[in-house]
Amino acid sequence: MSDLQSTPVFRTEGLSLGYGPRTAVSDVDLVINPGETTVLIGANGSGKSTLFKGLSRQLPPRSGRIQFRSQDLGQLRPKPYARQVALLPQSPVVPEGLTVAELVARGRHPHRRWWGAPSPGDDEAIARALSMVDLEQLAERPVDELSGGQRQRVWIALVLAQDTPTVLLDEPTAALDLAHQVELLDLMRSLRRPDGSRTTVVAVLHELNLAARVADRVIALKEGGVQAVGTPDEVFTEQTLWEVFDLEAEIVRDPTEGHPVVLPRGRRRAAAEPEGARTEPGESTVEVPVGMEAS
Amino acid sequence: MKAASVQTIRRRQSHRGRLLLASLLIAVLVMMGVRVLLGQYTVTLPDFFRILAGERIPGATFIVMQDKLPRALLGAAAGLAFGMAGALFRTVLRNPLASPDVLGINAGAAAGAVASIYFLGTSGAGVAWAALVGALVAAGLIAAASTSLHAGAGASGIVGERFLLAGIGVGALGQAVVVGVMARLSTQNAQGAAVWTAGSLNSSTWDRLVLVLAVLVVAVPLAVILHRAMEPASLGKELAVGLGSRPGLIQTGTLGVGVLLAAVATASTGPLSFVALLATPIAAALHGGRISVPASGAVGALIVVSADMVGAEMFGDARLPAGVITGAIGAPVMLWLLVKQRRGAQS
Repeated sequence: MSDLQSTPVFRTEGLSLGYGPRTAVSDVDLVINPGETTVLIGANGSGKSTLFKGLSRQLPPRSGRIQFRSQDLGQLRPKPYARQVALLPQSPVVPEGLTVAELVARGRHPHRRWWGAPSPGDDEAIARALSMVDLEQLAERPVDELSGGQRQRVWIALVLAQDTPTVLLDEPTAALDLAHQVELLDLMRSLRRPDGSRTTVVAVLHELNLAARVADRVIALKEGGVQAVGTPDEVFTEQTLWEVFDLEAEIVRDPTEGHPVVLPRGRRRAAAEPEGARTEPGESTVEVPVGMEAS
Repeated sequence: MKAASVQTIRRRQSHRGRLLLASLLIAVLVMMGVRVLLGQYTVTLPDFFRILAGERIPGATFIVMQDKLPRALLGAAAGLAFGMAGALFRTVLRNPLASPDVLGINAGAAAGAVASIYFLGTSGAGVAWAALVGALVAAGLIAAASTSLHAGAGASGIVGERFLLAGIGVGALGQAVVVGVMARLSTQNAQGAAVWTAGSLNSSTWDRLVLVLAVLVVAVPLAVILHRAMEPASLGKELAVGLGSRPGLIQTGTLGVGVLLAAVATASTGPLSFVALLATPIAAALHGGRISVPASGAVGALIVVSADMVGAEMFGDARLPAGVITGAIGAPVMLWLLVKQRRGAQS
């Protein structure tokens, strides 16, 4: 028990990953603790998805190593590993003609035998996953007919049906409206294993304020390396956001929940602008839209 | 939501699938019965069973045992193989036009057959073996072309649009070989080769039937298992890996079994055009849009046996080979699929 509680879920040492001649992630040391919600942030192309590919065994390490609960990742068999770690990629493919229930049932694959016979816990896991993302009413609808946000919830249900102690989510809130984004992230935080311990969640999020709200720990990536690690309070500082995103921002505190809130003020210019230049109309500086995506 | 209601939904869906498959199999059996018993030489049902039991009825025994029965059985077996091959290709390549007959497997078989007639002077069962070799060579060429092209893109496996393009190229090559060799064949051989390249059941023999059945006994269960194993792979490579599957391996295996089925069917009947292409969308339409390997096989069998019946009986003395009929139906359907795809009906 104490072993499982204290052993990191993932530990990487000097990890480098890449495609062909290009190295996308280099020399990354990080630790993912059990029971925590860890959020990866970083600009587009900073290596977040590549890191996920490493953790989900799609890219073998070019150098360094990845350990899952003290075992080298390469030594684990695919199906037992899929019963431990679930992955929601950015753009999965909807197969033709499937209903919601049938698609969610595919999350049960690692629990089945090689010829695909249903496993005993299937129906219960599927039912629970469908209710968690509020899709019971749509269970028999073809997935092709659903809206983008509904589809995204189907994919999340599929990952939940996989019923693993650890889930990796690559931009799970894409295509969701704000209310569903908040609902999903709260759901992720509140996931529990049958023994009562929290599910370990690692998520890539672009929406910094939601990240600050749900994360226990934030890992900020820049150009394939780790730029900052810590609690949201430690990572969401004006200095770090400047370094990670080239983003000029103010940090305030959420009056109710106390987490940091990022107020974007603009993208870093070649030369720093004098304070207040932006708010004065008629100045020669270029107007920068407020609320620009951090990505 | 309760587990019981998920179970109810699941049972209802699998019940529908079984019902469809059962009705399709009955339809195939009925059509085979029609093919054997009716037509220009009609056999009564009691006579048919007496012949099966070994009784010799002058004339009838010969026609049933040497022509009509092997013809119906070979048509059904080849149609089953074509239909299942089409469903396997479609599952992996996710394109309604990606069937073995469009992708040069059938053309490769035809090229192998006519080349062996011309260069080696083969006839009969030898032609079937040459066709099998031709189809496998075509598949090897497609695989080699698409993998080497793929290596530069950083992706692995032989799956994707490159496979489609390579397949169309190999198909054109196969057609060129067929046309080139046909121009040089003697008149007598050319006629035999022409009937063969059109695809027909005219030379249905028990030998060929045994060859097809031997492959089907292995390939049919394999196809059903692989289609099941493709379930995670059809969600995209990343999610498939996350689910503990090995998508590259399974996709390659599935295409391999598809090639084997198409090759054997072509070797025994000639390249019956569009059967593989037609069977999958028809079966999917009957099955609520899902791709089903057994249902596609049954539809393929139904198409071939019916086309043979129509070609042999409906045009008086012309007796068109089955491949002409399937081609005549298939070409407009292929155009329709193209139009539908361009409208974005494919997800």
